[in-house]
Amino acid sequence: MAPPPSDVKLLGYRPSPFVNRVQFALNLKSVDYEFIPENVMAKSELLLKSNPVYKKIPVLIHGDKPICESLVIVQYIDETWSDGPSILPSHPYDRSTARFWAAYIDDKWYPALRSLADATEESSKAAILEKILEGVILLEDAFVKCSNGNGFFGGDKLGYLDLVLGCYLGWLKVSEVNSDVKILDETKTPALVGWAERFKSHEAVKGTLPEADELLQLLRNMQAAANVEASK
Amino acid sequence: MAGVDKVVLLDFKVSMFGMRCRVALAEKGIQYEYREEDLRNKSPLLLEMNPIHKKIPVLIHNGKPVCESAIIVQYIDEVWHDKNPFLPSDPYQRAQARFWVDLIDKKAYDAGRRVWTKKGEEQEKAKKEFLELYKTLEGELGDKPYFGGEKFGLVDVALIPFYCWFYAYETCGNFKMEAECSKLVAWGKRCMERESVAKSLVDPKEVYEFVLHMKKVFGIE
Repeated sequence: MAPPPSDVKLLGYRPSPFVNRVQFALNLKSVDYEFIPENVMAKSELLLKSNPVYKKIPVLIHGDKPICESLVIVQYIDETWSDGPSILPSHPYDRSTARFWAAYIDDKWYPALRSLADATEESSKAAILEKILEGVILLEDAFVKCSNGNGFFGGDKLGYLDLVLGCYLGWLKVSEVNSDVKILDETKTPALVGWAERFKSHEAVKGTLPEADELLQLLRNMQAAANVEASK
Repeated sequence: MAGVDKVVLLDFKVSMFGMRCRVALAEKGIQYEYREEDLRNKSPLLLEMNPIHKKIPVLIHNGKPVCESAIIVQYIDEVWHDKNPFLPSDPYQRAQARFWVDLIDKKAYDAGRRVWTKKGEEQEKAKKEFLELYKTLEGELGDKPYFGGEKFGLVDVALIPFYCWFYAYETCGNFKMEAECSKLVAWGKRCMERESVAKSLVDPKEVYEFVLHMKKVFGIE
């Protein structure tokens, strides 16, 4: 039984992939929600009260109950709006596989991707890039196994892993542009390349996932602001 | 249900993460084969079943591997769902439990490790962070008998193995958990009254011996 949709709030920040993945989940379940943008440099009282442990977005507030940590939130959404399309697989073994890859993506792969931007020396940059590329080969293999001939990690519809990896696609493109490198490659990861296009054009994703151009502009603005501060 | 389940656990005796799986299996009354791994000389089976991380614990259920202890515990709970469920049915309470398990996963191992591997000022800093973490956890426990409320649940399974490491942390760090987090110590003793916990956790003195051995190996005096 779906609860009334109007009492769902999402504290977030549009460029954050962790916020985006929660939005995809809400969109998949057709849940109306109020997006409350947070200024990550000046956190609101509501955020500090709702997430006292980490003080971070995203926070989903359902009624007056806050739920924190994006993967916890996605599972909450899946279990609460149970009459919508399911996000996690139903079989326990498939669920454990989805959780395994989600942990790999969030704890190993994405931190490597992020660290590429901060790498200054060519040798460390090369080492990080090797890790990222090894990772996408693993993810290509995982995709082939999970999709079972269909278009998404979730099979013929978007599932948990699609949201977990898909939310990073904007920033992945930014990394490719900034480091002048191809991470998803038609020759090495053809299945993921196809998946990425399908994911980005899905109705639950389009309009919510920021385009790489928007993120690049954001980075340039942040860099310009930092330069102004530094020269004061 | 046709046939008999074959369950194997690849493990390492003093690992808190391995202990979580032992507790979970015991809570559900599951018969399984325990295999101790030599972490300096990992078995071909371990490398085959967990090629990406090459770590224990690994649960092998009818030949299929499940890796990562928090994932293994949830898998056990979902497959053997009829007995002693670790999670309540309410989605919000389930979300709360998952949040705290995630926090423990992010922080508890490293916080403890820094206490026994560091010296001097770095160790003092490590102790402060360690105690802050455990006080936060104690706050979440409140006056409940278990983190799961009246029932021993997912968070209890995730955290209880660290209880048998308290003696090693205290001795290396020169503090007493009883003095700093008495409610949490009481919770630990309460959990130890459960057979599943008592037979899955390792004697704290044995954990301490292991830590002393590792300090020698790392050259920390």
